[in-house]
Amino acid sequence: MTHGFIYNILSLGVPFSVALLLASLGENFNQRAGVFNLGCEGIMCMGAFLGFLPSYLLKTGPFLPYANLLGFALAMAAGVVLGLLFALVVVTFRAEQGIAGIGLQMLGWGVAGTLFRHFIGGVTGVEGMAAWPIPGLNRIPFLGGILFNHNPMVYLAFLMVPASWYILYKSPWGLKVRAAGTEPRAADSMGINVNRVRYQALMLGGAMAGLGGAYLSLCQAKMFADDLVAGRGFIAVALVYFGRWSPLGILGGALLFSIAQSLQLAIQVGGIKFPYEFAVMLPYVLVILVLALARKARMRGPTHLGIPYNREMRY
Amino acid sequence: MNRFKLAYGGAIILLAALASIAGSALVLWAIGASPWDTYVTIFTGPFKDVFGITEILVRAVPLILVALGIAIAFRSGIINIGAEGQMIVGILAATAVALALPGWPKWALLPLVILAGALGGGFWAGIAGVLRAKLGVNEILSTVMLNYIAAQFYTFFLRGPMIDPGELETGSGTPQSMRLPEAAILSRLVPGTRLHTGLLLALVLCVCVYFFLWHTTWGFRLRASGAEAKAARYAGIRVEGSLVTAMVLSGAFAGIAGAVEVTGVHHRAIENISSGYGFAGIVVALFGALHPAGIVPAAVFFGLLLVGADMTQRSAGVPANMILVLQGVIILSIVSAKMYLNNAYAQEKVRRWFSPKDPAETPAKTGGQA
Repeated sequence: MTHGFIYNILSLGVPFSVALLLASLGENFNQRAGVFNLGCEGIMCMGAFLGFLPSYLLKTGPFLPYANLLGFALAMAAGVVLGLLFALVVVTFRAEQGIAGIGLQMLGWGVAGTLFRHFIGGVTGVEGMAAWPIPGLNRIPFLGGILFNHNPMVYLAFLMVPASWYILYKSPWGLKVRAAGTEPRAADSMGINVNRVRYQALMLGGAMAGLGGAYLSLCQAKMFADDLVAGRGFIAVALVYFGRWSPLGILGGALLFSIAQSLQLAIQVGGIKFPYEFAVMLPYVLVILVLALARKARMRGPTHLGIPYNREMRY
Repeated sequence: MNRFKLAYGGAIILLAALASIAGSALVLWAIGASPWDTYVTIFTGPFKDVFGITEILVRAVPLILVALGIAIAFRSGIINIGAEGQMIVGILAATAVALALPGWPKWALLPLVILAGALGGGFWAGIAGVLRAKLGVNEILSTVMLNYIAAQFYTFFLRGPMIDPGELETGSGTPQSMRLPEAAILSRLVPGTRLHTGLLLALVLCVCVYFFLWHTTWGFRLRASGAEAKAARYAGIRVEGSLVTAMVLSGAFAGIAGAVEVTGVHHRAIENISSGYGFAGIVVALFGALHPAGIVPAAVFFGLLLVGADMTQRSAGVPANMILVLQGVIILSIVSAKMYLNNAYAQEKVRRWFSPKDPAETPAKTGGQA
């Protein structure tokens, strides 16, 4: 019985982690480059809406098989556009990043909500993305169902962990990103265009947050509502702190959250008396606890996180 | 030179305003609404009758209160995004006190209820303040999370312990509290409208905040911690303590906003009572340059926007979510513009751009003006 219980929790928890994982890995690029992007939440809202839109519009047409792909592409494009907008504000205009991020969050949330109310009106389901079990691997006892019996986005997201590790630590661009976040002045004197790198990181981060949002509406909830994202963008930002700016740490954090979420669902279904509101509250409480318990001494983030770079200024 | 400075500032503000208007017009255009008609409805609709005008002020009251709190926090170097949650906790505390002491006279109960709101909001913000000061937890993230947590607490209490027994009897089960006793209700300023005496309280508190921040040692300590933490620390100011104080005060104002909203407008705790005032308050505070004298007109302006947005929803079919778009665009424009407004360096650059071959302009001379 316990075996089945753990299996259920893990096989649900793994796909739950994807939206957080994608957004958080993207945010990691932003923060590594020195930009604190709280607008992640807003980008996810836009991504969720635009990801959902093609499936909704093409519901009956012959193009339905391509709707998911189109949705993901649109979500990423929106993420890039919003990332660019944010870059314009915080990199070029050097605005205060925390407040600008809240502005971007309101903008993304508001635009997604406005378009949704106008074009769709009520909560409608879509077909969403079907599971693609990996032949052979999904037969492995216990692990097969947990890891290899999901929709393709799950595999993609998990592949993004080593990929973003490789990009950050082994590619020339990753070195530039890390330099822009820790020693922008030194990077600049080595001929790296700090602001350009930050623009690129914000575009990449935006695309990934958009993808994470689209995952929520297309693969996880299979519908869109105004409050679908419900703070996951903020949790993604917190996960970057929790994972100490390393892709592997972020993966751990995302799994911790998603497994906590599936555990909470299992407890509810299991009929254990527990006020519903407290169950919903759990992940948010967890974020605060996790941030509070992460040892400050070991939180060695990018030193220039949140500080705009101005080459004409003396420090 | 002064004339140039004025023109420079004016141009920046104009550009920011144009960017906000154009940005939101783009969204309006995307949903097939006429931006011009929508703006006309928003800005003139509420002025058609007395009720509309008073309604602007009704919305402005919580905005003023929340924005005052936000201004205290921002000026003290701590960013409080959690006014929404602090307001909700304030509403819960105020409602609980009002319902627990039904027989009390008005002169005792009403101040107590508002104080309870302040304590509730202050407590909720204090969590984030202490976490920041003691454990270095990013206050933006913690306040955002506390918003979600407060919202869940609120529905829990309205559906469970605090639900109106009448709702349970009739079986409709609307999650709302009992009606507050008459002694806990702010009186109306204009009969037949919803305008209540909370407006006067908000204005008095504006003056108080001004004196507190600019004419007391305590306020100076807070502002010094916010302006330059390192220098403040060398001067012997306990910066961490200031952060917690600022956060608690900030939350207390949000809590008062909640208490005033429940005792002045709704007279019972209902769902969606905070309706985004916590976030709009941030925009108002920024728009009002984090100063009480700026916050009052900014709050009235945003009150107008909120009432107008409701009207466009009814008349032009523009979803009320549009107000979020507007707020987001305005925040982005303000923070962008702010970096250029008090930036002598950028100003000098623009000035040289206009008069590139002026031999009299040497760095030594301009350095003095910056």
